[in-house]
Amino acid sequence: MNLATFIQNILNSLTLGSLYALVAIGYTMVYGILRLINFAHSEIFMLGAYFVFWGITLVHLPWPVAMVLAILVTASLGVLVDQVAYRPLRDAPRISALISSIGVSFFLQNVAIVFFQAIPREVYRPQWLEDPILFHGVRVLPLTLFVPLLSLVLMLLLIYIVYRTKTGLGMRAISKDIETSYLMGVPVNRVIAITFGIGSALAAASGIMWALRYPQLQPIMGTIPGFKAFIAAVFGGIGSIQGAVIGGLTLGFIEIMTVAFFPDLAGYRDAFAFVLLILVLMVKPTGLLGERPEDKV
Amino acid sequence: MLEIRDLHVAYGGIQAVKGISIDVPTGRIVTLIGANGAGKTSTLRAISGLCKNRKGSISWNGKDLTGSDPVAIVKAGIVMSPEGRRIFPHLTVLENLQLGAYSRSDKDGIASDMTWVFDLFPRLSERRAQKGGTLSGGEQQMLAVGRALMSKPALVMLDEPSLGLAPLLVREVFDIIREINDKGMTVLLVEQNAHAALKIAHKAYVLETGRVTLSGTGEELIADERVRAAYLGG
Repeated sequence: MNLATFIQNILNSLTLGSLYALVAIGYTMVYGILRLINFAHSEIFMLGAYFVFWGITLVHLPWPVAMVLAILVTASLGVLVDQVAYRPLRDAPRISALISSIGVSFFLQNVAIVFFQAIPREVYRPQWLEDPILFHGVRVLPLTLFVPLLSLVLMLLLIYIVYRTKTGLGMRAISKDIETSYLMGVPVNRVIAITFGIGSALAAASGIMWALRYPQLQPIMGTIPGFKAFIAAVFGGIGSIQGAVIGGLTLGFIEIMTVAFFPDLAGYRDAFAFVLLILVLMVKPTGLLGERPEDKV
Repeated sequence: MLEIRDLHVAYGGIQAVKGISIDVPTGRIVTLIGANGAGKTSTLRAISGLCKNRKGSISWNGKDLTGSDPVAIVKAGIVMSPEGRRIFPHLTVLENLQLGAYSRSDKDGIASDMTWVFDLFPRLSERRAQKGGTLSGGEQQMLAVGRALMSKPALVMLDEPSLGLAPLLVREVFDIIREINDKGMTVLLVEQNAHAALKIAHKAYVLETGRVTLSGTGEELIADERVRAAYLGG
């Protein structure tokens, strides 16, 4: 492998890794606060991509406008899912909300099949993301710079919200002790709703960029990336935002680099993530940055 | 003035509080004493809005708070510092205190109360950037009280603030309670340390298995034979 290909592979890994990371953040934030694996998250990812498609084909919006609007609509949808499917189960055993999330996942996927139809759709891609740039002899696809950079901006924004704002302080408090947060006057349900909104916005951004990278839309397109992002979150230590980012990037690198160095293994590409999951669960079940789960009194 | 009338609290079919009536006059220290399971903590939890299974009435300066949620109750000026401190171990001392002020938006007021809390607890000021979990037990208790004060309450409810502390620190906690009260805050105190609690209380109630069995001024109850025998070690 020459240097040029190697650099291209690095950029591809960063692209795929940041797409996983954005989705993984949503899993990890919701888990951190509610101890709930939100399986409907993959469908949020898929819907974000579809909303851009419909914004462009039905309403003829310019691409950047369609993208921003789709992220906002998807974020609201994420909040709605929480209100309808999880909030009534807040005091129920945790498994109830988990089952509810599986139900929501199937529901959204089937709604998408009915309304958007199961046929794969072509995605519009702005030309400037397509034309390769030559940089010291290395051909670089602008998309592979755009995705990691936009993801970085979104993650910095998220870190600002979580560590520098009052709502973020509320989130961090709730993740440790809901009852005491409530006692201190934190509007717990509102903070949880905001958490779902943020997680869903990031998943939508990831879905939209995924559709630029692999330009085909299908109602089931969220399933595999969703599972992998979930594995990334577990690998990094579920509940930890930094862990989700590290997990997502690691998974991106493993997938791209294994195929790059061992092209024969390309067919097993999707299996790497699951092998990684099994290894993590055997060696360090709490993940890289995860805390030992405490029993809540 | 906080008026509680005929309060009932149940947990999953078990009646923890069976119709108690309590008055907490403004500017006073009122204490609830009694054995484990007498219903003291349940009473505080009901007032703070945490228990949904409550019956009876809770009124605060004439306003009915019976159905309010904890956020509304903090906004109304009643805050509880829960048993076992329950500080946030992964947040810094400063963040714990900021969290106590979550319901407020008056930046200047928050800043001046922060200064006041740091004056009240100089140890917290020294450790403001440290994680709550790294503090000693006594410091964590100070943080829990300081955090509650940051909501600028008119009524502070303290659940077992001296539990598990060394005797010297226990004295300090009771001194602080007096100091808070001198500042004009009303205090509702639940304590196992009945002697110390009765000594500073203007008014006291003895709870037994979910009912009020005795009430009076702190001095009256310290002198009462039954109280001496049951709670003050003879």
